[in-house]
Amino acid sequence: MRSPLIPEMATQEVQLNETLAHLKSESESLKSKLEEERAKLHDVELHQVAEKVEGLGQFVMKTRRTLKGHGNKVLCMDWCKDKRRIVSSSQDGKVIVWDAFTTNKEHAVTMPCTWVMACAYAPSGCAVACGGLDNKCSVYPLSLDKNENLAAKKKSVAMHTNYLSACSFTNSDMQILTSSGDGTCALWDVESGQLLQSFHGHAADVLCLDLAPSETGNTFVSGGCDKKANVWDMRSGQCIQSFETHESDINSVRYYPSGDAFASGSDDATCRLYDLRADREVAIYSKESIIFGVSSVDFSLSGRLLFGGYNDYTINVWDVLKGTRVSILFGHENRVSTLRVSPDGTAFSTGSWDHTLRIWA
Amino acid sequence: MTSTSTLSSMRRLVEQLKLEASVERIKVSQAAAELQQYCLQNAGKDALLVGVPTGSNPFREPRSCSIGQDVVLVLGLDLGLD
Repeated sequence: MRSPLIPEMATQEVQLNETLAHLKSESESLKSKLEEERAKLHDVELHQVAEKVEGLGQFVMKTRRTLKGHGNKVLCMDWCKDKRRIVSSSQDGKVIVWDAFTTNKEHAVTMPCTWVMACAYAPSGCAVACGGLDNKCSVYPLSLDKNENLAAKKKSVAMHTNYLSACSFTNSDMQILTSSGDGTCALWDVESGQLLQSFHGHAADVLCLDLAPSETGNTFVSGGCDKKANVWDMRSGQCIQSFETHESDINSVRYYPSGDAFASGSDDATCRLYDLRADREVAIYSKESIIFGVSSVDFSLSGRLLFGGYNDYTINVWDVLKGTRVSILFGHENRVSTLRVSPDGTAFSTGSWDHTLRIWA
Repeated sequence: MTSTSTLSSMRRLVEQLKLEASVERIKVSQAAAELQQYCLQNAGKDALLVGVPTGSNPFREPRSCSIGQDVVLVLGLDLGLD
């Protein structure tokens, strides 16, 4: 219908178009104002400030344990607060709990779906959460009786309309935060399965999330296929800061231990550091020779080192302050898909498409 | 015909941008100095950075002689306990 039959409708449409055009130009000018304000405070680079800091010596880090048992690609892993247990999930549909000291398997659950892309350990150490292509996040209480069928006690907590990409318990076993291919994040009550808050703002799949260290307050950061990293207020559901400097999907986000910054890893083969109080990107960790995407990042305990797991099977270790690479670690025989530093910083674990997990120290 | 949902999502975008523009910011020099200070203050505790005295990193020990619990688990298997 090109021309409305009723004159009032024509006027209304013109008004709507005018308002839309006005809003569009307002948003464009707000975006440039935002960039201007951020640029005003960009008085120096992080690596310049760090020039006087002593450089790091040679690192001797190697595989100390190899965890074998998954039948297909390892997609995700998480440490227990006891600093020795690990939960991992795989494309084969299995979720395994390991004792990383002894490499023994303590529990195994078979999920009803393949591609279990997300798993997390509960703060109490008494349960694990996982999910993936089933679009759900389920919680399994861990039984001391190794013969007990864990699947029987399974509790379905989260329901998304697309795959579950990441999950994390908050400070307690009672709440879980999830991110999904449906473009949203959500906070759930574990006991009732009730949706407590949802987070809308990403324009495409959300691939990762990380909760701010508890001292910093109720925020979390998420990264997605829209190349954006968003910082959210958990109580209000509001996006409070947004960063869009990556050139491709953001596969991993992790807070700096002080909570004042976060790192991201992307398919654009770079890791970046964003400072929350300066409200901008403050470092890029990249090399011309590194052309494969980063799947996962994590900081060492002091925040000085950034570990990145890459799709070219390697782990690159970066000096966060100086921006230089300090080490490259080999060992996995396929993509590194997940990487986490242990709770007390004595080791870090990686999971790979080569079906294994490795503990490095 | 322009849909009203486009209009409401544009309004939300403008409100969101106003919120983001109003964030209080500090200079990069100050932010960077504080990140650096945190690193240096905590460097001593960072085992992956400085290493720890031999014997106190459980992962650096070979697993066969690590802990008594390992022995208990092995005995459990040997006795056919289920």
